[in-house]
Amino acid sequence: MRDRGLIYSALALFLGLVTFPAWHNLSAHVTGKGPEVRLPVNAKQCVAPVEYMRTSHMNLLIDWRETVVRTGRRDFTAAGGKHYNMSLTPTCLEQCHGARKDFCDRCHDYAAVSPPCWNCHQDAKAVLRSAK
Amino acid sequence: MTISRQAFLRLTGLAYLGAVARKAIGAITGPRWAMAVDVAKCRTQQNCTKCIVACHEAHNVPSIPDRRHEVRWVWREPFEHAFPGQVDEYSSLRGAPAMLLCNHCENPPCVQVCPTQATWKREDGIVAMDWHRCIGCRYCMAACPYGSRSFNWMDPQPYVHNPNPEFPMRTKGVVEKCTFCSERLSVGRPPACVEACPEKALVFGNLADPHSPLRQLLAARQHVRRRPELGTGPDVFYLT
Amino acid sequence: MFMFEKAVTGSRRYWLWIGALAIVIGLGLACYLRQLQVGLMITGLSRDVTWGLYIAQFTFLVGVAASAVMVVLPYYLHDCKAFGPLTILGEFLAIAAVIMCMLFIFVDMGQPARVLNVMLYPTPHSMMFWDMVSLSGYLVLNATIARVTLRAEREGVKPPHWIKPVILLSIPWAVSIHTVTAFLYSGLPGRSLWLTAILAPRFLASAFASGPSLLILLCLLLRRISRFSVGREAIQKLSIIVTYAMVISVFFVLMEFFTAFYSRIPEHTESLRYMFFGLDGHTGLAPWMWVSMILAAASLVLLIVPRYRHNEKFLVVACGMVFLSLWIDKGIGLIVAAFVPSPLGAVTDYTPSLPEALIVLAIWAIGALILTVLYKIALSVREEPLRSAAPPVQVEVHA
Repeated sequence: MRDRGLIYSALALFLGLVTFPAWHNLSAHVTGKGPEVRLPVNAKQCVAPVEYMRTSHMNLLIDWRETVVRTGRRDFTAAGGKHYNMSLTPTCLEQCHGARKDFCDRCHDYAAVSPPCWNCHQDAKAVLRSAK
Repeated sequence: MTISRQAFLRLTGLAYLGAVARKAIGAITGPRWAMAVDVAKCRTQQNCTKCIVACHEAHNVPSIPDRRHEVRWVWREPFEHAFPGQVDEYSSLRGAPAMLLCNHCENPPCVQVCPTQATWKREDGIVAMDWHRCIGCRYCMAACPYGSRSFNWMDPQPYVHNPNPEFPMRTKGVVEKCTFCSERLSVGRPPACVEACPEKALVFGNLADPHSPLRQLLAARQHVRRRPELGTGPDVFYLT
Repeated sequence: MFMFEKAVTGSRRYWLWIGALAIVIGLGLACYLRQLQVGLMITGLSRDVTWGLYIAQFTFLVGVAASAVMVVLPYYLHDCKAFGPLTILGEFLAIAAVIMCMLFIFVDMGQPARVLNVMLYPTPHSMMFWDMVSLSGYLVLNATIARVTLRAEREGVKPPHWIKPVILLSIPWAVSIHTVTAFLYSGLPGRSLWLTAILAPRFLASAFASGPSLLILLCLLLRRISRFSVGREAIQKLSIIVTYAMVISVFFVLMEFFTAFYSRIPEHTESLRYMFFGLDGHTGLAPWMWVSMILAAASLVLLIVPRYRHNEKFLVVACGMVFLSLWIDKGIGLIVAAFVPSPLGAVTDYTPSLPEALIVLAIWAIGALILTVLYKIALSVREEPLRSAAPPVQVEVHA
């Protein structure tokens, strides 16, 4: 039983590593509550139902992307008959949601995802500020 | 919930059908975009860069000081560099500025070599780019005999000094070039460079229409194209 | 795993070598992570010279990979018994080289995360698509053949019958990988240095000289550091292959010179002039190209004269010179010089940056590591007592 010390310390290390996410979240005051997003003030209706957008907005955006880039068509007709220009910055952000940090980033940060969209598509508010 | 998703999918399907139908009709009646550059007019303003500035500002093209990493959609070059072998030492064209851009070739070598169809020839003649799909292999740059393509050797955004929020930026690691302003054409506006030229030296138009001002200009005036012997069929003409 | 247990036991020297390779790989990996972060600006590449060391190494190594056919073909088609113990070494060399090729393509990509787009949007009119198909097919073929034949050898039985057609298929396939690689370049309208119908034959000739010369060097090295020894006859036969291939390769280069300089078409002479004499005062590449030419000429003297070729001391020197000469020609000159002058007449020098060179070195080290492990497995199988009583196949042991 000479190895007892070694075994117990390794065991402790293992347990510590395995439960690390829990400790980390406790110390960072992460709660079980979901993210709070700032809803658009000047628009009541999104391009598709909220439930659909919540789970599948990325699919819709990829669909928009393929249609605009590959076919050149920019017009999107929503279920209610309203027309939209399929465009992330001018339509999604500028027309409705405003700065991306108040809406998109809140959920993305919570879900720990970093979509590459923002490598090119600009945050409307931030851009306008730097242009002035 | 399922119903609205279905409705959504149905609508998307309809949109696609519409696009296919439009493409089928477009193949018969659609335009074929091309440009003519009036060298004599361009020459009257030796130091003019208005077309370059307009294009680069409209498309968030970075101004990178290091020439090795430069990105350009429209640029200027002495005539003899743009037309090697076509301008002899006695020609009056020597030293004249040639305004250069993507030739939107009829048989584009860049399209032929691209392994992902990230660059392709549209029905209307535009050699388009999909920056979401480009893998950055730079095969198109090796294939283009005109030096019209640029690679993003680094993140270009710090070098875009006056960003246009209507147009996306680019990420590092993708190739870009002139798109004949397809985003402006789709709303009925001429390319930014054409609109910006104070001398009206750039004429943009439809090659498929025999009555278009462009076709009449090409019928009336002598013109050259860059490296026609390669068979790429450039759609940018230089009126001499 | 494929007899992998044999690669994890070894002498102190073996582990020192593995450790040294690991350090080189680690350094290169650090540089690559930096490249991933800031982009390809950390290389010496530029708007005008868009391909450099990475793509040139890829081109050279496709040749090394294809050259395995030079031991497989004589053994399986002409029943050249002397090459028996060599085939597995040739196939393992091909595996290591193909993996290096793939890594060199990968590190050259601006958006490596999108690499699967090549398969998601297959594009038959792009030669790069066919290169991917032929290289991955060649890897699978060689891995299968090596695995099946080595296992049969360990068990002391004959390899299964179905492997024969696979081996025969690998012969034209080897030729195809280097032909398709040449087509990557030779079909581009604006690059006169590459726009030549003998680019594919030239690639094959230089491949069949550089690959077998590397194999000779490896065999002689193995004789020194292990009990495994390829017979003198096999080495001599290989050296004849190197000789003919090198003669043809140099002949093809001279053909290019004649066509360009006798016709005096500027476009066709400019890149060659840049390579060997410099353009507009840019002479950076010229010393390299002249070293390559001198090495080629000297190696031919040593190879063609039988007295020298039969002397293994001279043969080692000749093989080293062939390898180095062709590495300079294909692994630097031929790719870089096609971009000079640019379509607009600009002469831009290309000097690889330090991180770029370290990444290149690391991929060579990965290749060496793969080769070491695979050769270790092959040698261990040959050195251990056979499981059945059958006599060993084609292994000669020298004192």
